[in-house]
Amino acid sequence: MTVKGLAHEDASATHHGHNNGHEAGHGSLRGYVIGFTLSVVLTAVPFWIVMGNLLDSKLMTVAAIMLFGTAQIVVHMIYFLHMNAKAEGGWMIMALIFTIIIVAIALVGSLWVMYHLNTNMMPMSPEQMKNMP
Amino acid sequence: MFSDPAILKLIFGRLTFDAIPYHEPILVVTFCAVMLGGIAILGLVTYMRWWAPLWHDWITSVDHKKIGVMYIILAIVMLLRGFSDAILMRIQQAIAFNGNEGYLNSHHYDQIFTAHGVIMIFFVAMPFVTGFMNYVVPLQIGARDVSFPFLNNFSFWMTVGGAVIIMISLFVGEFARTGWLAYPPLSGADYSPGVGVDYYIWGLQVAGVGTTLSGINLIATIVKMRAPGMTMMKMPVFTWTALCTNILIVASFPILTATLSLLTLDRYVGTNFFTNDLGGNSMMYVNLIWIWGHPEVYILIIPCFGIFSEIVATFSGKRLFGYASMIYATCAIMVLSYLVWLHHFFTMGSGASVNAFFGVTTMIISIPTGAKMFNWLFTMYRGRIRYDVPMLWTIGFMATFLIGGMTGVMLAVPPADFVLHNSLFLIAHFHNVIIGGVLFGVLAGINYWFPKAFGYRLDAFWGKTSFWFWQIGFLFAFMPLYALGLMGVTRRVSQFDDPSLQIWFIIAAIGVGLIALGIASFIVQLIVSYFRRDQLRDVTGDPWNGRTLEWSTSSPPPEYNFAFTPIVHDHDSWYDMKSRGYVRPSEGFRPIHMPKNTGTGAILSALSVVLAFGLIWYMWWLVLLAFAAVMFVAISHTYNYRRDFFIRVDEVEAVEAARAKLLTAEVI
Amino acid sequence: MSNIDKSAPETPEFYLREDYHPEGSAGLGFWLYLMSDCLIFAVLFATYAVVGRNYAAGPSPSDLFDLKLVAINTGTLLLSSITFGFAMLSMERDHRNGTLMWLAVTGVFGLVFLGIELYEFSHLIQEGAGPQRSAFLSAFFTLVGTHGLHVTFGTIWLVVLMTQVSQHGLVTENRRRLMCLSMFWHFLDVVWIGVFSVVYLMGIVG
Repeated sequence: MTVKGLAHEDASATHHGHNNGHEAGHGSLRGYVIGFTLSVVLTAVPFWIVMGNLLDSKLMTVAAIMLFGTAQIVVHMIYFLHMNAKAEGGWMIMALIFTIIIVAIALVGSLWVMYHLNTNMMPMSPEQMKNMP
Repeated sequence: MFSDPAILKLIFGRLTFDAIPYHEPILVVTFCAVMLGGIAILGLVTYMRWWAPLWHDWITSVDHKKIGVMYIILAIVMLLRGFSDAILMRIQQAIAFNGNEGYLNSHHYDQIFTAHGVIMIFFVAMPFVTGFMNYVVPLQIGARDVSFPFLNNFSFWMTVGGAVIIMISLFVGEFARTGWLAYPPLSGADYSPGVGVDYYIWGLQVAGVGTTLSGINLIATIVKMRAPGMTMMKMPVFTWTALCTNILIVASFPILTATLSLLTLDRYVGTNFFTNDLGGNSMMYVNLIWIWGHPEVYILIIPCFGIFSEIVATFSGKRLFGYASMIYATCAIMVLSYLVWLHHFFTMGSGASVNAFFGVTTMIISIPTGAKMFNWLFTMYRGRIRYDVPMLWTIGFMATFLIGGMTGVMLAVPPADFVLHNSLFLIAHFHNVIIGGVLFGVLAGINYWFPKAFGYRLDAFWGKTSFWFWQIGFLFAFMPLYALGLMGVTRRVSQFDDPSLQIWFIIAAIGVGLIALGIASFIVQLIVSYFRRDQLRDVTGDPWNGRTLEWSTSSPPPEYNFAFTPIVHDHDSWYDMKSRGYVRPSEGFRPIHMPKNTGTGAILSALSVVLAFGLIWYMWWLVLLAFAAVMFVAISHTYNYRRDFFIRVDEVEAVEAARAKLLTAEVI
Repeated sequence: MSNIDKSAPETPEFYLREDYHPEGSAGLGFWLYLMSDCLIFAVLFATYAVVGRNYAAGPSPSDLFDLKLVAINTGTLLLSSITFGFAMLSMERDHRNGTLMWLAVTGVFGLVFLGIELYEFSHLIQEGAGPQRSAFLSAFFTLVGTHGLHVTFGTIWLVVLMTQVSQHGLVTENRRRLMCLSMFWHFLDVVWIGVFSVVYLMGIVG
């Protein structure tokens, strides 16, 4: 049964917030400024390390880049996206954790699988061909 | 001017008259049949003056119940198309021996098996399960609609758009000849330069938008819109399985979208992701597509597990055994489904260590499913079982799916898979689990929930007929394929040299004939039930003595589902209400806040189809125009701030009073 | 119909007589969409990780990347994040004009970011280092380009929302939309952290 036409009142007159203006965390000026400052530092340091060739070891440089990048992502999550364990009854952080797990599986899994596939399946060089038994 | 090739190319891209398959008799006949059927339907709709109600009540509806029904109608229509492909293949394979090439050359055969897979997975199985989740979940959680009703409408029409794109490929151009997953390099620009793979890509991308958004919608609905008192562990099992399924959808479809986009870039822009040269790696496509592909098959089966759980409990007259363990098992399956994907390409060469890991995880994932099987059996044990049609499908599922699951564990062993990969054994396995699991599940669900949606039960005789034809037909059609696979016969082959194999293929063809009778019986069941609807009428809203909240509403439910939001105290909430003496309120009704219908979803989807057509045929002016139109319509829609209305108290009173009258008449 | 039996335990209440207003779903819904977007980027990152060293005897990152330009771009995007934050603060305080102003500043930063990126891309293509040259470049253009496309759509959305805030003010719908766009904008900055770390910085390190 459909009810339409004049039987319906337009809801906008009596409309009140069905939606969460107050659910997601609020920012504060202090929060944004702290977040921004931290982000600037966490960006500048890895750029500086790379552009200035500050570390000898490639491995250390890469580790530093990943570390600072991860730290800055966390800063963004907390200070800009107002991530906390209570938002949306805990579902936001659960969704984030689940996504991170899936992303990690997809990235690590792909790298592991593709490394093995490439080693076993990619074309041989002429020298390798020559040395086949 | 009109013969100037440059101008023609500008306007029509690579579309020419050769794209229309005049020379293919099967297609010409199909086209004529479709035209005649289409004209008949259009004529009927015009004669009955159904255009306005069709637009106002169905096409523009944001009601989850209508959308759910439309999904299932789409699925049934596409089932007929996908099954036609199956019949064509079975007949070809049964006759193509001893030098007989059959009636389908490989150019056609390859399109048929590709289309069969694409249609069955994306446009039959997915719409079936999405339709059920859409229809049932809001009712089961005591809500009036999903979280985002407009998005729901849009999602449905985008799925239809994808189906339309695939169907157009039948008559204009051709379809992909790559198999349903379109592996490169075969699907790349070098080896499939025609329009087939492009139809495939754009059909799936358009439908994929709908599916992903629908996933987001249902998760938000289940999380946010449950009735008061319904904690997570008091939700019905079907709602739990819907939640896990939609989490899988949101967490896996983007992978398909991205991977197909990379293939698209290779084909349109000349990038080198999956090419043979300039650094491409086509194995990466296989890897990525199966990271999506494995969760996809769980997306298909998990809702059906939920349907079976509801049916087993209802028709055994007992609460489901092991509710908590069912939930944990479902969540375990959900997480584990991301750890098994490589078992689809054990033979691609990743080596023993990788294969061993994924072989083990694949075997582990069968355990929670086994736990579910036992829970169903324990529910039935000492129950008072009623063998209505939904229960028949369920029992058939348990036996059939069991076989398919076991052959799956066989395939999980990498050395065995090296023999059986891409053989007919594999084909038998996945049809075993998809037909035994998904198809039996949706047919069970249709018979179970049809009275709720339409107010009358389906005819039991034709339902049982359909079931037996399907059950026996399935065995005839696919058990021979297990034997053939073990003997070494490869999939996707249309002609055979070894005459000793023919008998198996003939048995399989008989099987497909039996299944055809099963489908025909189902259609007859729908028609006969409609004509007998007064005798089959359900006036109580609860024809099966159900246990969950959807059975507390009338059949069909009112537009607003519940005049008063139910308060939940225990799981199997409706059963709880019945046993504790609930009283239906007869006054104190309030105006009900509802979303308005809108045509934007259907229009955006139609424009998306046009956009896809332009992209497929390289009609760049059409692409730009259609894209601009999509942006314009989508943005304009956001300028509409008046998207809701209230149903007045007197309307609600009238509906509720009518139901009360029906219920008291029934009691007396 | 059953009546309450005085000797039996009291029948619990099964119907809510008041209006039921479940909390709005837009925040969670949009967050879930962002999680799905995360996965799209994950695939692009995975692809970049797998084929990102397939230079096909063509140019490599050290031949192509100008870290100074990338630093400027990163700074621009970061600034746009905080200006969006200021827009949200104005919204909390119900200052329509303040909100509009900060949104406009954010939009400008967004356009600057896109402009620099388009300049970089066209420069690369002119040098013969376009997306067709090698799998590395295909992956580079796709990953960075997809991020840029998201910023483009975000900017269009920002402009549309500015007109809607001017028209209707900071009504509930617009607050909800601003909150969603805010999440989107910050999410894009998060993805950019991944991009500049993995693509540009690690590319130069080698």
